[in-house]
Amino acid sequence: MLYREAGDFKTTYVADSQTFPLKLDRIGFWVTMAVAWLVIPFVINDYWASSLLVPFLIYAIAAIGLNILTGYCGQVSLGTGGFMAVGAYACYKLMTSFPDVNIMIHIVLAGGITAMVGAAFGLPSLRIKGFYLAVATLAAQFFLVWLFNKVAWFYNYSASGQINAPERLVAGVAVTGPSTPAWAQYLICLFFVTVCALIARNLTRGTIGRSWMAIRDMDIAAEIIGVNPLKAKLTAFAVSSFFVGIAGALFFSVYLGAVEVGEAFGIQKSFLVLFMIIIGGLGSIFGSFAGAAFLVLLPVALKWLGVDVMGWPTDLVAHFQLVIVGALIMFFLIKEPHGLAQLWRLAKEKLRLWPFPY
Amino acid sequence: MSADFLYGIEVIINGLMAGVLYALVALGFVLIYKASGIFNYAQGVMALFSALTLAGIMSGQVPFAHLINAIFGTEIHHFGWNVPVLAAIILTLIVMVIFAWCVQRFVFRHLVGQEPIILFMATIGLAYFLEGVGDLMWGSDIKTLAVGLPQGGSLWVEDATSGLGGDDFYGFFIDKLDMVATVVAIILVAGLIAFSQYTKQGRAMRAVADDHQAALSVGISLNFIWVLVWSLAGLVALVAGIMWGAKSGVQFSLSLIALKALPVLMLGGFTSIPGAIVGGLIIGVGEKLFEYLIGAPFLGGATENWFAYVLALLFLVFRPQGLFGERIIERV
Repeated sequence: MLYREAGDFKTTYVADSQTFPLKLDRIGFWVTMAVAWLVIPFVINDYWASSLLVPFLIYAIAAIGLNILTGYCGQVSLGTGGFMAVGAYACYKLMTSFPDVNIMIHIVLAGGITAMVGAAFGLPSLRIKGFYLAVATLAAQFFLVWLFNKVAWFYNYSASGQINAPERLVAGVAVTGPSTPAWAQYLICLFFVTVCALIARNLTRGTIGRSWMAIRDMDIAAEIIGVNPLKAKLTAFAVSSFFVGIAGALFFSVYLGAVEVGEAFGIQKSFLVLFMIIIGGLGSIFGSFAGAAFLVLLPVALKWLGVDVMGWPTDLVAHFQLVIVGALIMFFLIKEPHGLAQLWRLAKEKLRLWPFPY
Repeated sequence: MSADFLYGIEVIINGLMAGVLYALVALGFVLIYKASGIFNYAQGVMALFSALTLAGIMSGQVPFAHLINAIFGTEIHHFGWNVPVLAAIILTLIVMVIFAWCVQRFVFRHLVGQEPIILFMATIGLAYFLEGVGDLMWGSDIKTLAVGLPQGGSLWVEDATSGLGGDDFYGFFIDKLDMVATVVAIILVAGLIAFSQYTKQGRAMRAVADDHQAALSVGISLNFIWVLVWSLAGLVALVAGIMWGAKSGVQFSLSLIALKALPVLMLGGFTSIPGAIVGGLIIGVGEKLFEYLIGAPFLGGATENWFAYVLALLFLVFRPQGLFGERIIERV
């Protein structure tokens, strides 16, 4: 009985409605937070930051954002890459236009701008449903990428068409630009992940989250019981795009530093984030993290296995990676369509009873 | 007639021919969607895979040569023979049928009754898988597909029409390959319609598309029909792959034609074969005309990437089921 709820009594309403109702979960959560905030920054090095932890944290934000829209509100979106590009370019324009303002404010503002763009592209969702909507969001993807490629104002008329993040400090330490220490990159991403996850968790269990889920489960029925579909769908698009925009801003300014829009925010990125929430689990904040971790870790692990252990040429390993990612996605969908989050739930059920069968 | 007007007509004609190619890809989508409710994102990669297989078989490449060499340290790459075009096409078709069977047996049979979005995600996984397998089998270098299709502009059309305009008009430039593609597409569509109207299997296919339960209860094997439909989609993919491959070489970007076909589907409706064709033509003409009249002069060009989507989006706002799609009736 490693995982138990017996003897875990609640005496107040606050205790009853907290995020982690079980004591063991709460301990686990605080231990994770302590390790993430107090241990990892001191042991992190460049390799771990740039190939695993920073991309994981950034994709986790994007996955939370998409999960709000797709998992909670049921509107499938293939425009994530485009919205990330909005966040990145908004952040770039703000950074270069107002160099004295703190970068943290810029990143949040970039999220806000993306939210507005997202809400605008969410308008057709009131008429279009299902696959037609999924394909319609591709319009956002292609149009936005084209826009950032063609309109020179967005990249400050630079000759290469790229955008480069200038150096910006937070509390005296560089967080963007080439001389950023690994732990600073990690900490700024961790800060945003923590805040975003908290906001998302509390939004999704409040009134607004319930109205999203009602729309997802059956939109006409939801409308009849008094959920305003216009409000629910547009807020879902706006909140989702807010998170995705923050992820895009971090992806550009903190992680990559220099970005070419078609390459960094193409359609592949949209699919990648969608895979994350499918494999992680639709409608689950934990699932967003699990999916992001899985898909960030998988290529690194496969590359290590193929190139370093087996000694195969890298192009062969890259092909194998496609095969394995594709096969794993199909395997997961067949075996567990509700993703890693569901596996975790089942594991908890088992652990509650262990070692007794009933 | 003024030269500008004639150039406009030339753009429209070329748009129509590009539209035929879009329609060809969209057709594969519609076939599978109608019969099984699966929105098959892998259609584009199927076209790539079939074109790769065709090119590989014709030049006598050893499948998985790269992998075998890496494991056993050997140095093989070609059998040293060339297969004639027709035999290679038949072999490729056999490969596509085997592929269809595998897809049905190992993936979608286990996903019957799942939500459409799950099925859609599975086809994206399938697309990744197939792309990887194609690269592993035949290598990822760009291949040329020489199946004897004519190349370049048609001089005959150019000569015949050069008298229409003034001195600065040299006649319509129309790609011969596009003309062949148009003819092939018309034959293919006619064949498919004849197949679904006049053969036993075709009728069974339409029955399955109508109602799975009812089809099962009159003794139609769903498994067989689904394999059949995936094979037909493989055939359509092969034709599309040959046409596009002959145009721009067999390479990864070939799989992106699926993205070209999506707005066509939205416009025409996911469930309608005539819709796919009309949608393809509208999108083809629309994006070429938009690029010629507005995109290139005022917006800096390359509008073809998104115009089709925006057009389809605006259209759907007014008619959510597409041009010819089945009317969406919602009940609570």
